[in-house]
Amino acid sequence: MSQPKKYWLDRGENVTKLYRGLWVLGIALVALDLFLHKHEDFDFAARFGFYAIYGFVACVALVLTAKLLRRVLMRSEDYYER
Amino acid sequence: MNADFPVALILILGGALVPLFRGGMRSVYMLLLPVVAFAWLLVLPQGEFGQVHLLGQTLVLMRVDRLSLLFGYIFLIASLLNVIYALHVKDTVQHVAGLVYAGSAIGAVFAGDLATLFVYWELTAVSSVLLIWARRSESAFRAGMRYLLVQLLSGMFLLVGGLLHWQATGTLEFSQIGLSGAAGTLILIAFGIKCAFPLLHNWLQDAYPEATPTGTAVLSAFTTKLGIYALARAFPGTEMLIWIGTAMAAFPIFYAVIENDLRRVLAYSMNNQLGFMVVGVGIGSELAINGAVAHAFADILFKALLFMSMGAVLLRTGTVKGSELGGLYKSMPWTTGFCMVGAASISAFPLFSGFVTKSMIMSAAAGEGMLATWLVLLFASAGVFHHAGIKIPYFAFFAHDSGIRCEEAPRNMLLAMAVTAALCIGIGVFPGALYGILPYAVVYEPYTASHVVAQLQLLLFSALAFSVLMRTGIYPPELRSVNLDSDWLYRVVAPLAVSFGGGLIGGVQRAGGAAFSAGIQRVVDFTHRESQPQGLLVRTWPTGSMALWVMVMLLAYLVLYYVR
Repeated sequence: MSQPKKYWLDRGENVTKLYRGLWVLGIALVALDLFLHKHEDFDFAARFGFYAIYGFVACVALVLTAKLLRRVLMRSEDYYER
Repeated sequence: MNADFPVALILILGGALVPLFRGGMRSVYMLLLPVVAFAWLLVLPQGEFGQVHLLGQTLVLMRVDRLSLLFGYIFLIASLLNVIYALHVKDTVQHVAGLVYAGSAIGAVFAGDLATLFVYWELTAVSSVLLIWARRSESAFRAGMRYLLVQLLSGMFLLVGGLLHWQATGTLEFSQIGLSGAAGTLILIAFGIKCAFPLLHNWLQDAYPEATPTGTAVLSAFTTKLGIYALARAFPGTEMLIWIGTAMAAFPIFYAVIENDLRRVLAYSMNNQLGFMVVGVGIGSELAINGAVAHAFADILFKALLFMSMGAVLLRTGTVKGSELGGLYKSMPWTTGFCMVGAASISAFPLFSGFVTKSMIMSAAAGEGMLATWLVLLFASAGVFHHAGIKIPYFAFFAHDSGIRCEEAPRNMLLAMAVTAALCIGIGVFPGALYGILPYAVVYEPYTASHVVAQLQLLLFSALAFSVLMRTGIYPPELRSVNLDSDWLYRVVAPLAVSFGGGLIGGVQRAGGAAFSAGIQRVVDFTHRESQPQGLLVRTWPTGSMALWVMVMLLAYLVLYYVR
């Protein structure tokens, strides 16, 4: 029997590479704020790193809240069939 | 050609004739229907056609203006894509239902009066439920029943609201209605059910994931966007909608994060995107209305694309549960790619459709100084990338390898996805084409350095948040489960209340004994007396009130039938 094909993403170190690449890209994007003057209707949105921080915090808060909601909302898969 | 001809009939009557064709002829015939209807729209002059005089009212079957044309175009494009996507399906019922459903949605869009709107409104409900029942499982049957009940309820509100509106204004014209008086409120509730307003939303998440693999893609295009169209027509600038829309954009994303059924995740994210549109209608400025309807246009395409990719996964693997899937990119590379285009579009990545449409709504909110709304919408924008943009492709196609090896999707499905993906990118790269057919002239420029960088920062750091939570194991795993939502009220509480009420009546009957029988005798006597000539029961009643009571009775019957 032939060995199943090995994919690039199957190797843990490649996933780590991707992850680090994402951070590099993110930091580079935030660094653009140093040079680029943003036009915003709300002044605070033009501040350095606003969108990056907001995006990160929003998603962490979203996931943590949703995780807590599971305690209240989650039922077994056959809940309505019983 | 005759502009009076209702274009909807091409799909409705044409769809009904599908069973007459077999094999390749049937495919060609079904593909032709939306193409012919689209060509018809292209040559239609603007104005009001198909006028029918009835009971002193003028019914307008074809009101052609920029707003109705925009939705007419996209509904026909969606219909054509759906036909391609479902070409491999042998089940005739689904083909007929899909075309009749699309046709009725188009009929509703071109309806110039509330009576015509009502007829098509009900037809969309009845035809679309067949796509759910076509799954032919017990749970699909029950979900379809609940779905139908809610849709007919929306029709009831529209009927009563429309009659009151007629009484109050003397006209059935379907134009700006606004929230003055009971009529406006009832009609808003009718539209709100279709738009999936908070607490009126759960039919969407309940029923769509129960439909057939191809059926859900069809369903995703029409009903909710018809609701948005109706809202934009009758309630632009209604302030309450801003708050309703803001709530809608935010709350479903929490559910989406913990939901395991990936088609249900998409239903929640659809709810969230509808929230953006409702906010746009609520703001009501030219930019906001343009943004709302442009986003509806884009949403039909990218949401169809996402549902199509999940439909392909369901067809090939038999499940769309995040807990069972993973690693499918190895077996279905094309589907993976198309899904990611849909994901990038809904997440509003630059060069994808969502970027050029959603930002108009955001910009309108910011321009009006609506800080709270803007912040919530920004939160929802990050959140939608998180649950629809990342979660869907990640858990289906990547994550841990589930070991499932299957075939790539059928060719017709791939073709439908490819065309839809091309349209998503096309709108993102050449927004001018879409902007040119919006109801108002567009002065908005989406591609400024400031906007592109801001959006990329938001999205990239949302992705980083996901990666960090994933790698630290904080991210909640996909679990086989259901999450309670407002459907709990009618799936658990209502049946309990009915059985309690039934028990109570039985108890009274036993305790009352003789008094109860005497009461029954009195009712019988009364009925006998009033059935004589000139009695209450044989009098001639106005047709309108009779129709109303019949509707109430039918509805009560449906409710009892379901909860029994």
